[in-house]
Amino acid sequence: MDGIQNPPRSIGHVTAQRARFSEPLPLRCGRSLADYELAFETYGTLNADCSNAVLVCHALNASHHVAGSYADDPDNVGWWDNMIGPGKPLDTERFFVIGVNNLGGCFGSTGPASPNPATGQPWGADFPLVTVEDWVDAQARLADRLGIRRFAAVMGGSLGAMQALSWTTQYPDRIGHALIIACAPNLSAQNIAFNEIARQAIITDPDFHGGHYYAHGVTPGRGLRVARMVGHVTYLSDDAMAGKFGRQLRTGSLAYSFEPEFQIESYLRHQADKFAGYFDANTYLRITKALDYFDPALAAGGDLARALAPATARFLVVSFTTDWRFSPERSREIVEALLVNRRDVTYAEIDAPHGHDAFLLDDPRYHGLVAAYFNGIAA
Amino acid sequence: MSGGPLGNPVTRADFDAIAGWVRPGAHVLDLGCGDGALLAYLTSRRKVTGYGVEIDDASVLACVKNGVNVIQGDLERGLEGFADRSFDYVILSQTLQAMKHTDRVVGEMLRVGREGIVTFPNFGYWRNRVQIALGGHMPVSDNLPYQWWDTPNVHLCTVHDFEDYCRLHGVRILERIVLAQRTPVTRLANLRGSLAVYRFEKAATLE
Repeated sequence: MDGIQNPPRSIGHVTAQRARFSEPLPLRCGRSLADYELAFETYGTLNADCSNAVLVCHALNASHHVAGSYADDPDNVGWWDNMIGPGKPLDTERFFVIGVNNLGGCFGSTGPASPNPATGQPWGADFPLVTVEDWVDAQARLADRLGIRRFAAVMGGSLGAMQALSWTTQYPDRIGHALIIACAPNLSAQNIAFNEIARQAIITDPDFHGGHYYAHGVTPGRGLRVARMVGHVTYLSDDAMAGKFGRQLRTGSLAYSFEPEFQIESYLRHQADKFAGYFDANTYLRITKALDYFDPALAAGGDLARALAPATARFLVVSFTTDWRFSPERSREIVEALLVNRRDVTYAEIDAPHGHDAFLLDDPRYHGLVAAYFNGIAA
Repeated sequence: MSGGPLGNPVTRADFDAIAGWVRPGAHVLDLGCGDGALLAYLTSRRKVTGYGVEIDDASVLACVKNGVNVIQGDLERGLEGFADRSFDYVILSQTLQAMKHTDRVVGEMLRVGREGIVTFPNFGYWRNRVQIALGGHMPVSDNLPYQWWDTPNVHLCTVHDFEDYCRLHGVRILERIVLAQRTPVTRLANLRGSLAVYRFEKAATLE
């Protein structure tokens, strides 16, 4: 299957689109959204029999902007641009790729900052708590709208992988392959604890105003900054941080102050500032809750194999050795459940030093594997 | 590294013997599956389903390219994650002699599978004996292509050794084929055969 391939390049300039849905979407929390919009992007060309579509699901802080850049904002490169494009592992010359901003998001899809039709004011705290399953339902409606009955593959990393996994049981006949990267079948107590620290940082920020901060013209930026710092640390391995920052000082000597002295402090503050500048706190709260709630085995009495029994897709499961947030053991739980069900599954454990973030980085073994897997998918 | 510790897949004379034993449609686990050639062969010849297990990154990639399901993992650590008696056959093709923990891997094969199939180069083959006895050197051949200093083979054995092992470790041999240059030999197999292929199960335990 090693044909002559063009060198990988960027998909180039892309354009975000929107789709409005007026049929109410029932949510797992018991409420429903009467009317909502989804922001999405597509790359490549849908073939005549609509069989080459690949859905790419995003993780915590990402969006529908998966690959390429915008003509009026060329520095805004898609979050998985190293994976997706012409000649890249997910080759847009073969596949029609879709990225969607999930419901409750803050990049164009209906979310807490959108107007609540009942009041005309931003939803704020009143926006429902959405789940991975709700997102998948919404994605399926977008697929209907685009004429895609069945995805050749659904792919994601981390929280995105949870959506891909959920696709295999929510819509088993609508997904050919699932690429489940750096995933876990549910969050551990430690994972939930980190999320709760992040949420408490936001909720106790005096500018949070019970979630209705839009009306006060402020954002709980301090809380969001701390939330991002906590999260960011969990995405990196100890070794990666040691290698990148060690105990380096910014100025070469200690200042005996609370100003950032170590490079790692300065880096975290920079990441936090950047994040607080573009991300919505209510969205962050909801996404961390969606992570906490995800637990497909729960409805099957804790039996993941039984929960995954409806899945008929073929699976590629990938983990990274230094990922302590979603460790290889957690991915193996998914694999073991698939083995019990005798599903087609390949599992690879990539020896990478970068921790959870490795799924976003360009590692030749990892990308080579994904490229080979997509090569084997008939489209 | 495409044919396991014995190298070139073209020389994998054990494939036909294994395919002859495996029931059509069986569920198979192939330990140390290399590039997945045996599973691909059994899938086309016997319509089996199943998985390979490999530790090596390049082999895992080769399996994906060959369309073979593979689970990356270290056999030396056992088959944790594979349920008891979840496979009809667990195959260890030309890898037994490279395992550090022979006992553990054979035990795990018979925990996870109803039957085990192993193949290994017969160290008792006359050409090996001649190379040691007369040449005074460790044998090097098609089946044993390595020099003593770079061989992955840490537990070489003869047909007699393996059968003694089975007797002492509660393993009941169901079938045996010993090959000399791809041809089965029956008389003086431990002397004339270069490659041994066994099918076995757990011996009934005494209550």
